[in-house]
Amino acid sequence: MTLEIKDLVVEHRSPGRPIVRAVAGASLTVSPGEVVGLVGESGCGKSTLARAVCGLNPVTEGSITFDGRQVTPLGLRRRQLTGIQMVFQDPYSSLNPRRRVGDQIADGLRTAGDTATKPADLLERVGLPRDFAGRHPHEFSGGQRQRIAIARALAARPSMLIGDEPISALDASAQAQVARLMRDLAVESGAGLLFISHDLSVVRLIADRIAVMYLGKIVEVGRTAEVWADPQHPYTRALLGAIPQPDGLGVLPAELAGDVPDPADPPAGCRFNPRCPQVMDVCRDKEPDFGPVACWLHQPG
Amino acid sequence: MTLSITGLTVTIGDKKILRGVDLDLQEGRVHGLAGESGSGKTMTGLAVLGLLPHGARTGGAIRLGERDLLKLPLKELNQVRGGEVAMVFQDPATSLHPMLSIGRQLTEHMRHHLGLGKREARARAIELLGKVRIPGAAEAYDRYPHQFSGGMRQRIAIAIALACSPKVLIADEPTTALDVTVQAGVLRLLRGLCDDLGLAVLLVTHDLGVMSAVADEVSVMKDGLVVETGERAQVLREPAHPYTRSLLDSLPGESA
Repeated sequence: MTLEIKDLVVEHRSPGRPIVRAVAGASLTVSPGEVVGLVGESGCGKSTLARAVCGLNPVTEGSITFDGRQVTPLGLRRRQLTGIQMVFQDPYSSLNPRRRVGDQIADGLRTAGDTATKPADLLERVGLPRDFAGRHPHEFSGGQRQRIAIARALAARPSMLIGDEPISALDASAQAQVARLMRDLAVESGAGLLFISHDLSVVRLIADRIAVMYLGKIVEVGRTAEVWADPQHPYTRALLGAIPQPDGLGVLPAELAGDVPDPADPPAGCRFNPRCPQVMDVCRDKEPDFGPVACWLHQPG
Repeated sequence: MTLSITGLTVTIGDKKILRGVDLDLQEGRVHGLAGESGSGKTMTGLAVLGLLPHGARTGGAIRLGERDLLKLPLKELNQVRGGEVAMVFQDPATSLHPMLSIGRQLTEHMRHHLGLGKREARARAIELLGKVRIPGAAEAYDRYPHQFSGGMRQRIAIAIALACSPKVLIADEPTTALDVTVQAGVLRLLRGLCDDLGLAVLLVTHDLGVMSAVADEVSVMKDGLVVETGERAQVLREPAHPYTRSLLDSLPGESA
């Protein structure tokens, strides 16, 4: 039940505008029971990657396979592949406001062909009272709604759970709670979890491995503790260096110069070269297309 | 003492939101206000501007110079807010009007508060955009919010807040919606403006890292009360109150 993304390219085409390569050749593997955190600045293609994995965005090139089977675009017809479930960013728009939450969770149970479990059981698993099943989404707070969305995703017995910024619409104090809950539930049921977030401190809390994305490419992958303690790619370093430390010393965090370039017109060579503090000549000509650290400073061999 | 809040209470219905908050803001200093959500940080900020929800009853005093902002008639309060006291909100995507150009949003209150003409207001707006480091300030003037990135939008929101040369700036979670790399830039900007213009800044944030980076003094709130106030280094390194300690301990640190 491994999710394998190989050289994935996703393009957004809109009339009258240049083609935007949101994901430009990204490879990533998520094993069962593993939590992978995907981090990067906004606009780097994290969400597009997640949507492609669920079949919500057509794949331009490359492949996404789950358990050896190709992930096909999601159509209106009943889908064979219900093993991948997604929790969306905004629980205010991802739940149907006109249906009781119990009924929405029951949809997931029906997909999995599960007649024994009741929606209330799932609510209990995400830490909500059983009698909430009869209520409508507007009666809940953001954190509670996201728990319901997680319950709905879990109802389909997924073997891969995707969280597309599931915590960024929540209050600061609810963020860590919901993130931990997702991790615990995924690991408990033996499913993999691809957790996408721009909040590094939360990813660090729950992920086994971290993948750092920049402008459609994954620039560094590694075990969370290792990446955190010893980041290799200059971009990862900049990203981690920008996190202010609560040490009471009043040190202003380092600023990464410049903005993320337009993905419709990426710079030649390494995509990070215009902002990289350690840029070399080779970086401007050739794109580093190796891993786990896609940087000419860390060329393998 | 530029702005001093003494014994501020806010009650909505029969719920006591703030139960006697004391804070002092000084020129050229950033005062950080920390605490979990629901502790009343944002309410404190809103109370200063008289933006509390309908039916909220207040007690205590918020003194700006000689005046008590809580007792000012609406007309005079309108002179103060936007003019002498300005605010920057959490989400720049919603705090800017999507259908008005940046220039229009920058000059509207300038013309009202300072009585500037169109041309003077424009010149000042462009100068402000330069000050918050928006590239190509003159062209940016005629653009709309959706044409800017999140970090740029928050810089514009700061420029709007600074337009009437306020004495007090209230920043409510100004960097929470931003990426860390962009956050670093906005924090530097805030600190720089505070030092250059002698602003008194009230920085409301839940992020103790942000607090440590820019605040001079830190107050910690819990359940509508300030439980600890002091110099940054003292509060964050040797917290006196057990609640502050528990906040610091709950961070994913090296030991965790």
